[in-house]
Amino acid sequence: MEQKLHVTLLTGRTIEQGVGKEYGKASHEYYDACSMCYMDSDDMRKLGIKSNTNIKVTTPVGSVVLKAVKYPRGPTPGLIYIPYGPWANAICSYATTSIGMPSFKGTPADVEAAPGEKILTIEELLMSEFGR
Amino acid sequence: MTVIKSVTCPICGCLCDDIEVTVENNEVVKMKNGCAVCEGKFLGYKGEHRTKKPLIRKDGKLVPVTMKEAVHAAAEVLANANYPILYGWSSTSSEAQRVGVELAEEIGGVLDNTAVVCHGPSILGVQEVGIPTATLGQIRHRADLIIYWGCDPWSAHPRHLERYTNFTEGRFEKSEWTSYMTKLKAHAGNRKLASAMRIEDSKAKPKPQACYVGGSPPELSKGGRKLIVVDVRKSMTAEMADFFIQVEPNKDYEVLQALRALVKDKELDVDSVGGVPVEYLQDLADALVNCEFGVIFFGMGLTQTAGKFRNIEVAIQLVRDLNSKTKFMIMPMRGHYNVTGANVVSSWQSGYPYGVDFSLGYPRYNPGETTCMDVLLRDELDASLVIAADPGANFPKNAVQNMVKHPLIVIDPHMNATAMLGDIVFPAAFVGIEVDGTAYRMDSVPIPLHKVVDPPAGVLSDEEILKKILEEVKIIKAKNAKVA
Ligand code: SF4
Repeated sequence: MEQKLHVTLLTGRTIEQGVGKEYGKASHEYYDACSMCYMDSDDMRKLGIKSNTNIKVTTPVGSVVLKAVKYPRGPTPGLIYIPYGPWANAICSYATTSIGMPSFKGTPADVEAAPGEKILTIEELLMSEFGR
Repeated sequence: MTVIKSVTCPICGCLCDDIEVTVENNEVVKMKNGCAVCEGKFLGYKGEHRTKKPLIRKDGKLVPVTMKEAVHAAAEVLANANYPILYGWSSTSSEAQRVGVELAEEIGGVLDNTAVVCHGPSILGVQEVGIPTATLGQIRHRADLIIYWGCDPWSAHPRHLERYTNFTEGRFEKSEWTSYMTKLKAHAGNRKLASAMRIEDSKAKPKPQACYVGGSPPELSKGGRKLIVVDVRKSMTAEMADFFIQVEPNKDYEVLQALRALVKDKELDVDSVGGVPVEYLQDLADALVNCEFGVIFFGMGLTQTAGKFRNIEVAIQLVRDLNSKTKFMIMPMRGHYNVTGANVVSSWQSGYPYGVDFSLGYPRYNPGETTCMDVLLRDELDASLVIAADPGANFPKNAVQNMVKHPLIVIDPHMNATAMLGDIVFPAAFVGIEVDGTAYRMDSVPIPLHKVVDPPAGVLSDEEILKKILEEVKIIKAKNAKVA
């Protein structure tokens, strides 16, 4: 079992995130859809975690606690996928490489198990990051 | 109870205009034809999270105020700002976008739309090499090879396949829905078998990076429309594909260049490119050359990864090469329903599609400098207006931290993350549900949006709110000029 895994972080759309955002950013649909992270099942085994265990994802920008979910459609070793949303953006690289576009996909990150840590609600997350 | 037909869905760039909405007592009660996201919006929009009165932050809390008070406060902020940004614009009508350009010019601000964080790089790629493209109608009736590269329409544009590509009945190309269902049933059987075998052989070898989904490469020479997906993970769309190629993250540029070489009958002296064995790429190149009308649809998997606009440039160049052998098109999968309109309106009014800086009194465009993400990261702004977008949820944290340092005006129907962070918040009517207007589909075809119910009392449209602010800005500026 490993303490920490080095992975590549992708962020992107999921249909649940799409539906959740239409119900409203404060809705529980949006919270459930966006405060999670898809992982490869072998990678999860390496960390000694199962689906629905909390994990902490860390990048040079910061870290965030999310719920790990096994990626259902085949192996994605070394990749993690977080739906677009404030949780993903708490750790996304903001390097725009001089064209205005941050690097939302394909940046390095570390993942560790964090079963005892709490996933922040959108209000708590905004408060902790922006004081509002 | 009234049934309204041919309503346009104001959510994604597909702009499906065949939605049927049943309205009772000024409420949408039933829907037909829409996807899950569409139903979420039409049935869920009236939810409890909606603001109905303008709000202003007083002592750290957002409190309700009158429209007049809010308009005046917003206009004060904007008229007196030196370098404000006006960001968003992709989930509203082109009529509102037009007022936005005028407002930006009036206050000398930076006008930017959400393309900057989605298909901005695509626009840069197009500016480098042009784009051979078509309307979705052409594709629907004629395309026999569809490639989704770095995008997952099943999740982001749920009806794209059903309305415009493989699962639609075109005049010259038939729907592949039935054959897909047959394949699915066969697969379900195979999967049961595979899972039984996995129990026996729990130390099975890891699967190769690239894999055929529909069986062997002959799938690629089958009749009818073919569906190919290229992505870094097996997405839902990839599961439906005849052929799926799994590329290593950040390696799309290399794979596209390799394909260009193969299409030009050059040999590659490596075994694999970007994690994909060359023989798979050769199969793909053969399929590209042998189709009659092919299309590449691409998404954030190309624009947000390493290479960004260079990925698009080389994808377009591949399509250009292919056009010397067959007919090929390429199209970005535009996300928000009117982000294309935001680019179109901005282009026709200012000459530039996004990231337009009016601070010198004339429009200037220099992506990386005048794009709002960079203005935010350099913390050069002194106020912002956000409309029909949610950077509070969708921008990297550092950019938002700088945004909330300065007065933040938000116009949105939802109490979204940006509104929660805002200083002056205007509730707006839902465009395409409570007000009508125009939006541009992903292939740049303008489609009318329909009003099906009335907005709540006192809630105005984006266009009306912007016009009020613009008027008030002009009054304040005239007063300031007199004093000076
Ligand atoms: S595919 Fe897009 S436009 Fe069509 S119904 Fe779904 S969300 Fe609306």
